[in-house]
Order: sequence, then structure tokens, then C-alpha cells
Amino acid sequence: MKYNQYADGFSPAPTCLKNCLLAFLTGGAICETGHLIRAAVMSAGADAETAGMWTTVALICTAQLITGLGWYNTLGRIGGAGAAVPITGFANSVVSPALEYKKEGIILGTGAKIFSLSGPVLAVGFSVSAAAGILYKLLGLL
Amino acid sequence: MQIDIMEMIRVFAVGGGICVIGQLLLDFTNLNAPRILVLFVAVGGILTALGLYQPLVDFAGSGATVPLPGFGYALVRGVLEETAASGWAGVLTGGIKNTAAGITAAVVFGYLVALIFDPKSKR
Repeated sequence: MKYNQYADGFSPAPTCLKNCLLAFLTGGAICETGHLIRAAVMSAGADAETAGMWTTVALICTAQLITGLGWYNTLGRIGGAGAAVPITGFANSVVSPALEYKKEGIILGTGAKIFSLSGPVLAVGFSVSAAAGILYKLLGLL
Repeated sequence: MQIDIMEMIRVFAVGGGICVIGQLLLDFTNLNAPRILVLFVAVGGILTALGLYQPLVDFAGSGATVPLPGFGYALVRGVLEETAASGWAGVLTGGIKNTAAGITAAVVFGYLVALIFDPKSKR
């Protein structure tokens, strides 16, 4: 009994707690960056919608540049889901397989593999959105 | 530029919190990162259709729109707005219309980056 309590103190929980804390800090920081970019663009006179668009674009391009430089992997190792779940993780998932398969050519390597991880996200996302539209229409909500 | 500390805390807490859910799924299920991205987009879209995600966006702004469920939110909101405005055609046009900038930037800039840089050896 004593031993179990003692052993419990070391096995998975601390690692998980540490992973979760790092994911929280990394993901929170990325969202906060987005928030600040959005506030800056809005203070330059853009409306909320345009500012949101530029924020997304800025986060995506920055994440992809960082991926090209080979640094996003490091962020992913530290932040785990905190680096994967924000839109920057999606941007990373567009570039990394494209880079990885560059040796197979720029059409069937880079061009095709650009969708090997992001394709499923787009396929499911588009399908859910279309289904939502159809259901709303059929239920007479729109 | 206005800085609202409470708003910044809400952004950080909700955005970080969504990532913690992802981390728990990574640690305690056999889902890997690509599957979690798909799951989160789907869940974000479904919650939006049920009217449950908009309150989170109103509460936390970028904390709810920057993580991947926010992509599902943008797709579904686009479809619903466009369908309300122009009928059945909106089912097919609204989603991509509302997310066009992000998707195009991700693919075009991603292609460019992949052409310019060389793959780094995995450490």
C-alpha cells in the first residue's frame, strides 16, 4: 500500500501534468499573439472581420517560415498539443510533408504532399460545414 | 492600441485550455496529432451548428478562434451566413468564402516555403 502510493507519485501523472502545463503555456501564448496582432491591425483602422483575416494569415505565414527554418519541430517537442492545435499547427502540417517529400519532385512530391496531413482536416471541415447548411435548410431554420 | 488585461487572460486561458484537451487526448488515447486536428475541426463545426461555439468566441475572442475548433467555427458560420443570404448555393460557397484567405495563404505560402527551404534532418 505504502509502496503503491510512493510509486504513484512518480509514474505517468507528473509527466502528464508537465505536458499539460507546457501545452497550456504554448497554446495560450500563440492565441495571445493572435490577439495582439488582431488588436494592432484593428487599431490601424481595420474592421473586426478584416483584422481577423490578417491575424490568421500572419500566424500561418510565420508558422510556415519557422517550419522551413526547422524550428517548429522544437516548439512541437516542447509544447506538444499546444503547438499542434492552434492554426499554426495546421500551417505546419501543410509545409512539413511538402518539405519532406521534396525529393520526389515539386509537382508530385511537394505539390501533392502539401495536402497529405491538411487534406483530412479540409475534407472533414468542409463536409461538416456543408452538412450543417443542409440540415439548417431542411429543418427550416434558414 | 487598447490593452485589456482581463480580455488577455480570457484569451490565454481558453486558448491554452483547448490545447490541454488536445494534450490529454494525446497522452491518454491512441489518437495522434493529425487525428486530433481532424477531430477538433469537426467538433468546432458541430458546436457552432448547435449554437454552442459562438458564446465561447464572444467570451474569449482569439482564444477560441485561433485553435483548430475555430477553423470549424469559421467554416460553419460562413455556410450558415451565406445560406441565409443566398439560399442553397450558400451550402457550397459559404465555408470556403469565409476561410479563403487562411486556406490560400497556407497552401501558397506553404508551397513557397517548401520550395525555398530544404528538409532539416530530424534530431
